[in-house]
Parts: sequence; C-alpha cells; structure tokens
Amino acid sequence: MDLGISGADFIRGMALLGAGIAMGVGAIGPGIGEGFAAGKACEGIARNPEEAGLLTRTMLVGQAVSESTGIYSLVVALLLMFVVK
Amino acid sequence: MEHPVLFLPMLLKKLGLPVVLSADEAHTFLQKLLLPHVIYAWLLMLVFILIGWKVGKKIEVVPAKGQNFFETVLGGIEDFMIGIVGEEGRFIFPLIATLGIFILCSNYMGMIPGFYAPTSNLNTTLACAIIVVAYSELVGIKFHGIKYIKHFTGPVLWLAPLMFPIEVIGHLARVMSLSIRLFGNIFGEELVLAILFFLAGMYLAPLPMMVLGLFTGFIQAFIFCVLSMMYFAGAIEEAH
Repeated sequence: MDLGISGADFIRGMALLGAGIAMGVGAIGPGIGEGFAAGKACEGIARNPEEAGLLTRTMLVGQAVSESTGIYSLVVALLLMFVVK
Repeated sequence: MEHPVLFLPMLLKKLGLPVVLSADEAHTFLQKLLLPHVIYAWLLMLVFILIGWKVGKKIEVVPAKGQNFFETVLGGIEDFMIGIVGEEGRFIFPLIATLGIFILCSNYMGMIPGFYAPTSNLNTTLACAIIVVAYSELVGIKFHGIKYIKHFTGPVLWLAPLMFPIEVIGHLARVMSLSIRLFGNIFGEELVLAILFFLAGMYLAPLPMMVLGLFTGFIQAFIFCVLSMMYFAGAIEEAH
C-alpha cells in the first residue's frame, strides 16, 4: 500500500510524535515529585508553623531541582520540533 | 520560528547597523554582537551601570529613599548568602548578587512586549553557568591547594579510580544542569506565551500565564543563586 509519504515527511512526522511523547511522559515524573514535596512541606508546616519560611524555601529549591528533568524533556521536545528537519 | 517584533533591533537597523535576528544568519563579528539576546544584555548592563553609578555617587550615613531600598535588597541577599556559604565565603557576594539581579531582571524583561529575555537564549545562561562553576573550582583550589583532589577521590582510598571519573563528570554536569534549567524554564514560558497569544490573544489568554511567569522568573533566579552558593560552599568546606 502506497500512502505517498516521502522520507522527509516521515522523519518530520516521527519527530513531532517523539516531541509529544517526550513532553507528555517527561512531565509525569516532575509532577509526581513536586506534588510529593509540596505535600510533605504542608505536613511539616502544619506540625511546626514557625518554620514555615525555611520549609517553603527548602521546598522550592528541591522542587526546582526535581523539575529540571521535566525541563530536559522540554528541551529535547523543542529540539525535535525545531531542529530535526 | 516566527520572530516577534523587537524594538531595539528595529531601532538599530534604522540606524544602519547590520542587525540579524537569528544566529544562523550572523556571519561577521559585528552581526554576532548585534543578535537580539546580546543587544538586550547590553541594555540591561547599561541600566545597571547607570543605577550603580547614580546610587554609589552619594552614599550617606543616614540613608535616604533610594539608598534605603538598595541597602535592604543587597543586605538581604548578603545575609541569606552568609547563612549558606559561611563567613569565610563573603568574598563571592558580588558575583552572586550580580548574577541574581541580572538573571531576575532579564527574566522579567521578556514580559514587556517588544523586549526579549536574554536568558531565553542558551548562550547567555551557559555563560553564567560556566563562570560560576569555573570560579567555584578555582576557589576550591585556592582554599585547599593540591588537597582539593580529595573532593574527587571519595571517602575510601581504594575506591578512588572508580570515584574520580564519576566526580569529574558530576562537576562538569553542573554547567549543563544550571544552564539548561534556566534556559528551558524561560524559553518554555516565552513559547507558551507566544502560542497562547497566537491562539487567543484577543481574549487576553496569555495573562494568567504571565502572572505565573512572574513567579517562575523569580524562582529561577533564586534557584540559580542558591545552587551557585551551594557549589561554592562545597568547594570551601573540607573533604570528608
């Protein structure tokens, strides 16, 4: 069966598909991790409200570090979308 | 990708300078100096130098309005930094504060229509990250001399051949993680803004994302500073 798709079109389509998968799957890990960190920080603040500032700061640092895997998948998705021709 | 309307490159083009908008088209050195992210970094530098000159010119013992503001901001950053790095690391305060204020202002610059965030280009963030990591290694060598190699060899001597490559790669990966985190956050946010503007700009769809962007911009500048402080603190402390 000939669908009339040339090699370049195939590569382009697969790159876009890969970008979608990379972003979608790559967002799972940071989402779970950051939610977990925020939940634990909430528990900590409920237990010890005077330390709220320190807990929030630590939570934000940890979240930003765990977010970086999601950002890497974003960069890979952008490469697939704009660099792969 | 579609290029947004940028005021300063348009202005410089009107003045007859060879301005191009993407790195692929830049061939001569002058063209590379006049890429959008470089132009806006120049602008930011100019603003900072003017502000610093203006504020530093008339320092008083009893601070007036403007000096009060800057003393609060810089004093806050310094106290926070000393809490992480320790008293002996006070000399890196100028670098950390400069990087923090530069990154914060350049993150926010992308919010203004017609302006471009210098940090949404990998080259700017890579420059900042290389400076921080290279300087932290130099500080380690300055504080410990040849014993700085103990930071790389791990806790047990016979594990050293295994630990050394891992630690070297880990130190080099700091450059990548620092630069790509900042770049990806800011560029991704600008991309989302552009897409939302393209889809439903008439109904003010990008506005909620812009509020989120104000938050992200601050957090990313903060994270960059905190991680650099931690690298410096790791270089200053004794190996264990």
